[in-house]
Amino acid sequence: MSAAAASPRGYRYIGTKRRTKEDPRFVAGRGRYVADIALPGMKHVALVASPHAAARIVSINTAPALALPGVLYVLTGDEFCANTDSLAIGVDAPKVTRWALARGLVRYAGEWVAAVVADSRALAEDAAELVEVEYAALPHVIDPEAALAAGAPLVHPAHGSNLLYQRKFVWGPVEEAFAKAEHRIAFRAVWGRSATVPIETFGVAAQWDAGTQILDIWASIQMPKFPDQTARALRLPGNAVRVHYDVDVGGSYGVKRGLKHTVLVGYLARLLGVPVRLIEDRLENMRGGDMQGPDRFFDMQVAFDRDGTIRGLKIRAVDDVGAYAGRSPFQLGKPVTAICGPYQIQAIEYEPISVMTHKTPQEAVRGFGQAPTNFALERAVDRVARALGMDRIALRRKNLIRKDQFPYTIPSGSTYDSGDYHTVVERALAAVDYPALVHARDDARRAGRLAGIGIATCLEPSGGNSAFELLMNPKNETTTWMDSCLVRVDLSGSVTAVIGNSSSGQGHESLVSTVVGEILERDPATIRVVRADSLTALPSNSPVGSRMAIMLGGAAAGAAKEIKETLLAIAAHNFECAPQDLEYRDGSVSLKGAPDKRCGWDQLVEIAHRKFHRLPPGMEPGLQAKFVWEVPTGGALPTPDGRIHIYPCYAFEVHIVLVEIDPDTGKPAIRNYVCGHDCGVMINPDIVHGMTYGGIAHGIGAALYEKFAYTEDGQLAAGTFMDYLIPSAMEVPALAIVDHCTPSPLTTFGQKGSGEAGYLGAPAAIANAVNDALDPLGAAIDTLPMSHLAIWTAIGAAGSRPPLERPA
Amino acid sequence: MSETLYAISVDVNGRRRTGQVPARLSLVDWLRDEVRLTGTHVGCEHGICGACSIMLDGEPVRACLMYAVQAHGHRVTTVEGLARPDGAVSVLQDSFCEAHGLQCGYCTPGMLIAAQGLLDANPDPTEAEIRDAIGGNLCRCTGYQQIVEAVRLAAARIKESAP
Repeated sequence: MSAAAASPRGYRYIGTKRRTKEDPRFVAGRGRYVADIALPGMKHVALVASPHAAARIVSINTAPALALPGVLYVLTGDEFCANTDSLAIGVDAPKVTRWALARGLVRYAGEWVAAVVADSRALAEDAAELVEVEYAALPHVIDPEAALAAGAPLVHPAHGSNLLYQRKFVWGPVEEAFAKAEHRIAFRAVWGRSATVPIETFGVAAQWDAGTQILDIWASIQMPKFPDQTARALRLPGNAVRVHYDVDVGGSYGVKRGLKHTVLVGYLARLLGVPVRLIEDRLENMRGGDMQGPDRFFDMQVAFDRDGTIRGLKIRAVDDVGAYAGRSPFQLGKPVTAICGPYQIQAIEYEPISVMTHKTPQEAVRGFGQAPTNFALERAVDRVARALGMDRIALRRKNLIRKDQFPYTIPSGSTYDSGDYHTVVERALAAVDYPALVHARDDARRAGRLAGIGIATCLEPSGGNSAFELLMNPKNETTTWMDSCLVRVDLSGSVTAVIGNSSSGQGHESLVSTVVGEILERDPATIRVVRADSLTALPSNSPVGSRMAIMLGGAAAGAAKEIKETLLAIAAHNFECAPQDLEYRDGSVSLKGAPDKRCGWDQLVEIAHRKFHRLPPGMEPGLQAKFVWEVPTGGALPTPDGRIHIYPCYAFEVHIVLVEIDPDTGKPAIRNYVCGHDCGVMINPDIVHGMTYGGIAHGIGAALYEKFAYTEDGQLAAGTFMDYLIPSAMEVPALAIVDHCTPSPLTTFGQKGSGEAGYLGAPAAIANAVNDALDPLGAAIDTLPMSHLAIWTAIGAAGSRPPLERPA
Repeated sequence: MSETLYAISVDVNGRRRTGQVPARLSLVDWLRDEVRLTGTHVGCEHGICGACSIMLDGEPVRACLMYAVQAHGHRVTTVEGLARPDGAVSVLQDSFCEAHGLQCGYCTPGMLIAAQGLLDANPDPTEAEIRDAIGGNLCRCTGYQQIVEAVRLAAARIKESAP
């Protein structure tokens, strides 16, 4: 259920209830996922994985595996690493090399040591069990603080340390704020290692055409610069790799990067001259798929006054990226762009520290580091309220940026485009009937149950230019992340939009057809959207970072506008008038004030395609337009003290949740959930709501259930869905969204990003609710996930001691 | 390795399908790789996620937890078999489109099977009964909200159209 969408400013299609273009094929079982692609003569890969967290590979005997009928090849790291290049690392750490197969050393349990190619996956698995690998176990470290200690085992000895990145940013008069503030608190907030874990594992199929010298790739990817990086690692020119974007991706939410898998399969396909496919099984996905998320603790210090004014923050964030790194350290960079959340905090110190351990590598997860940071910030706000004995909502109201302050520049240099945070909070409180919610909580408490209300607000930076790459590595000059679209009208008058990215459920075909239909005033249902391949597509930076509504939407609108201008120019030439004397309506052009003087869509299209003699001089025949949309506000470099503006748009959300806890078992149940959400103009409200609901469910998982736990000997203890607990429809309650619309002044239609909505604030809200429930006992938990056991343990420990004194 | 093959005959979506299969071949792999009905998806291969759900003699089951040989002589319905005889999507499938009860579509075939199993047995389910019925199918996109709405919508539409 959701409140009615705010009026979308007179748009015909944008913001209206419209069925998506993608759903019909999926409900009919006609999606085309990578595992559905059957190439003639295709061979299958299974992997040999390291049982050790750290070890030296003494020897590998592939002969027994190769002797099995149906086995084509066994590839080991020695051959693979000699013939391909290391995958790129984002931060400046060139000695931290990374290949799909280990060479010499294994650095985590589950790391791939050899790849077996056989006629079927079953045979490949049989053969993988026959590969004999002799290891010499080495000391390992899986705790990031232990990894930073002197004498710790080194994950990459050539790098000389387990520290991958560290910098202390100071924005504003931090020491002064802390000295002058009337109160200070300090605490540690811990975000457990979880991920968005799509139901489809990662898969890739590759085929080398010796005639054309092209490597064709079909993969379940959501990865910026994927074709380029694949080609580089394979030592091929970029135009020898053709990534097909028309593969449906079975969920990603950030994690489907798959570069190592693709380079491995691409190498094998080229070497063996046959199509080769690797579809991870669930254990390979969880353990060696390199898609585990941030694993981070925050040492938080807050300086504030008696009246609730938050004067300053000090945040030390230590993030365990595991044994290798690609873009994962950048997940400490994105939070810079909303480091004070939606609050007016003038002085902030931020010290991100990226550490390597002998664990599965970290990959990008929905929000790119924002959800953990918001959790720490919102725990801080609740702790300040508790310390002051102040109402949590009143404290937030006091510190939230006001509507009249936008555009608002925060100490770290980002400028928030627009917002009306107070109104969204008020509307959400009204929707949940906050006084009634408090009654419900208090009634539950009187009945002997534990109950708590959680509130959290946060921002969703969207549409950015990825310049955290540059902020964290001066050698990495990135100031744009354009996206683009080609719109063509064929001779029959049909409209086709060509996009250059994969989709994993975000509804890009619906987005683009709606936008193009809006501009051209043509029914979006008639507009086809095709996903090109990397050799024919215009540049795209893939659907990450809540960017497609802004960037792809902006590009599609730009191309459609050019088509419209072309049609007007053709009509003006034929009517011998100026374009401004003309009126465009439903695809036809007529003279203002003389509607019978009209040139219809079909006529205009035919002129454009066939009647060069009727085209304005110099106009290109045919009817198509490309548009490359640059990130609004992009292009700026960071200042020496690390102030930077990366994201043009900031959506806002507030979560209000009531949680009850069974005091005997520690089991939490969510009784009520309302999310107030403002992402500007929604292009398709069903899609925005759906992603927000899904994000909240991810957040519930991260807050209460999901954890990639490791044993002390470095083994992943949650490699299946029996140990890694994904919330079902029984754990996720009915969710309510309250829409509010503050348009962005920077985008084509006022839209902002929303692909990470829900996930960014839900863990914080639930954590605050659990803590509100535990508060009467004097217990507190600041570590996620707050499992039944953790809650039960906290209840038990609290029962044996008096409630905590409130600090003065 | 030469494996013994077993002859099987299975009614799949109203059509008799035969095959020679090794004992260890899972039903979902047979349906996907041999019958080439790729609408049924593989998610976890250990019976938790429900993406591979099919109907066996009208009851939702996990096709990753069954061997193909066990389906011999039985009636299997996959997502491709949910459509009406004229090929149009079912009321349930159409309701998923109307309520946008999916995003990436990967869990959708299993969700549809679970929901169809519910509606076959209980045409007027409560929200709690809907959640219970899809409780064994994991979805990472939707938070289940619009799936529950889709099933509720389908139930209402079926009720409305009943004579």
